[in-house]
Amino acid sequence: MRPTFAAFPLAVGLTLSAAALGAAPAAYAAGASDTDQERNARWQEIAKSIFGDRTISPTDTLVKLDAPKRAEDAALVPITLTMPDRDKIKAVSLIIDDNPAPYAAKFEFGPAADTNELKLRVRVNNYTDMHAVVETTDGKLYEAKQFVKASGGCSAPMGMSDEEAMKGMGDMRMKFADAQPGKPVEATLMIRHPNFSGMQMNQVTRDYTPARYIDKLTVSAGDQKIFTMTGDISIASNPVINFGFKPDGKPIQVAASDNQGGSWTKSFTAPSPTN
Amino acid sequence: MAAKAVHPRIDGGARGLSRRHALFGGLCLCCAATAGLTPRAYAESFTLEEVAPGTFIRKGLIADADAANLDAIANIGFIVGRNGVLVTESGGSLADGQWLRGEIAKRTTKPITHVVLTHVHPDHAFGAGAFTADKPVFIGHAKLKEALDARGEFYRKRLIDLFGEEKTGPVVYPKMSVADTAEVDLGDRTLRFTAHGPAHTTSDLSMRDSLSGLLFPADLLFVERIPSLDGSLKGWLKELDRVKAMGAARAVPGHGPVTVETVPAVEALATYLTALRDQTKAAIAKDVPIDKAVDTVAQDQSSHWKLFEHYNRRNVTVAYQELEWD
Repeated sequence: MRPTFAAFPLAVGLTLSAAALGAAPAAYAAGASDTDQERNARWQEIAKSIFGDRTISPTDTLVKLDAPKRAEDAALVPITLTMPDRDKIKAVSLIIDDNPAPYAAKFEFGPAADTNELKLRVRVNNYTDMHAVVETTDGKLYEAKQFVKASGGCSAPMGMSDEEAMKGMGDMRMKFADAQPGKPVEATLMIRHPNFSGMQMNQVTRDYTPARYIDKLTVSAGDQKIFTMTGDISIASNPVINFGFKPDGKPIQVAASDNQGGSWTKSFTAPSPTN
Repeated sequence: MAAKAVHPRIDGGARGLSRRHALFGGLCLCCAATAGLTPRAYAESFTLEEVAPGTFIRKGLIADADAANLDAIANIGFIVGRNGVLVTESGGSLADGQWLRGEIAKRTTKPITHVVLTHVHPDHAFGAGAFTADKPVFIGHAKLKEALDARGEFYRKRLIDLFGEEKTGPVVYPKMSVADTAEVDLGDRTLRFTAHGPAHTTSDLSMRDSLSGLLFPADLLFVERIPSLDGSLKGWLKELDRVKAMGAARAVPGHGPVTVETVPAVEALATYLTALRDQTKAAIAKDVPIDKAVDTVAQDQSSHWKLFEHYNRRNVTVAYQELEWD
């Protein structure tokens, strides 16, 4: 009766991380009691595996990372990335150092993006540092960090059968905040998708439900890209992403695909800039 | 035996138990025993009240599970019938269940024939291991098996982290599963079970005693302690109407006093759940994101519930996910 599931899925998560994002930092038996020094050493190694030898400078202004210091629900931890220098930001990566697949998401912005505020929901598996790393248009990297207390978010059962969790998979909705002439518009994209982490047990077979997660998400205004997100198992189920864009009256196109070949597209009528 | 007057013991909330910590499945588990009682002192501090003829209930602590309290946080107890004993709730750990089994042995020599598993949560399920030697019929909701498949080991590991494998015990599955309604005859009294739709959890089972008329809604009814939402908010409000319509004057809530008047207690819970629903809906309609909604929704209800700060934000998180797709 000894639970043995803790060690095994860690390996699964790691493999997937490598497949999805080309970066596979080593797995750590990370604990709540690690020292700052240990956490920093771990971050150095992860950063190296993702960004190579490039220098990452700390920043208080280019990106701000807000997460609850203690998460209410480790399987749904809301994250806000604030990047007010709209014209300087090329991409942002979110890394959850102690998750089995630390590289949670990368957003690459296009000309229709307004980067001021980006929100997403993630899973957190352990007490961890979280890093946001922005790449500026001049090719430099800057990081912001926050420590988050949460545990079990990746392996937390869904509370429903896999079939139920997959119901309506790929359904999308988009909500737009009130548009003001000449201003960027805030939008909320919701996608029905279980984003199985590969660490959740199937209730009937008692096997682990294979990881199935949105690995690519492209959002455009007409033919102008807003962002492309590369995702992994750390994104919470039924992904919700809040972002800003510059409206030009053309419809917002969303294309999502997952690591098992599922793909979905939808078009939304955006608020008109002249309204 | 006549039912004696009930004096709810409000003794659980102020034991200086450490503040909340890891959250899971709608429950808070503390990470370390920083305060509180030794296991032995804890066991000796509990008493059972005879709330109806042959019906004994222990009030659970209004606290989060930790190494000192051994997850003895739910209202547990038993009913003595002519032919045997039915355990209404088994306890939050093997140790908690063993305490209850010892108390039963002090009061009757009749065999323990039935143990009710009211839903999947650990504070109600892990006492069951103390009764396996009695070979009782374990009774649960038809959906309990799959819920235990999904979460049993997860919960067990978290309890082991708190107080070790020996005191945690095994995951026990129901033998008799109730899909709609069912009855158990103890000779002089019949227990009628009702399987509820998704509400507090997806495996809520209630029970009514024909002899005393007492209703056992388990965690469909929280009193004093803030409810934790882990099934369906809309479903729970619907099932509360059903609980009220059962017409029982008194009920044994899953948490809180050992018995209460059913209607006012159900209405107080419905007031909180309605505030949670309506204010979450309003937040979604105004595009208030989830991380902001958790700070505002249902805050006006905080003075009515103990442990409010431990669970309300999480309840908002669950409610928001349920309602944002409406």
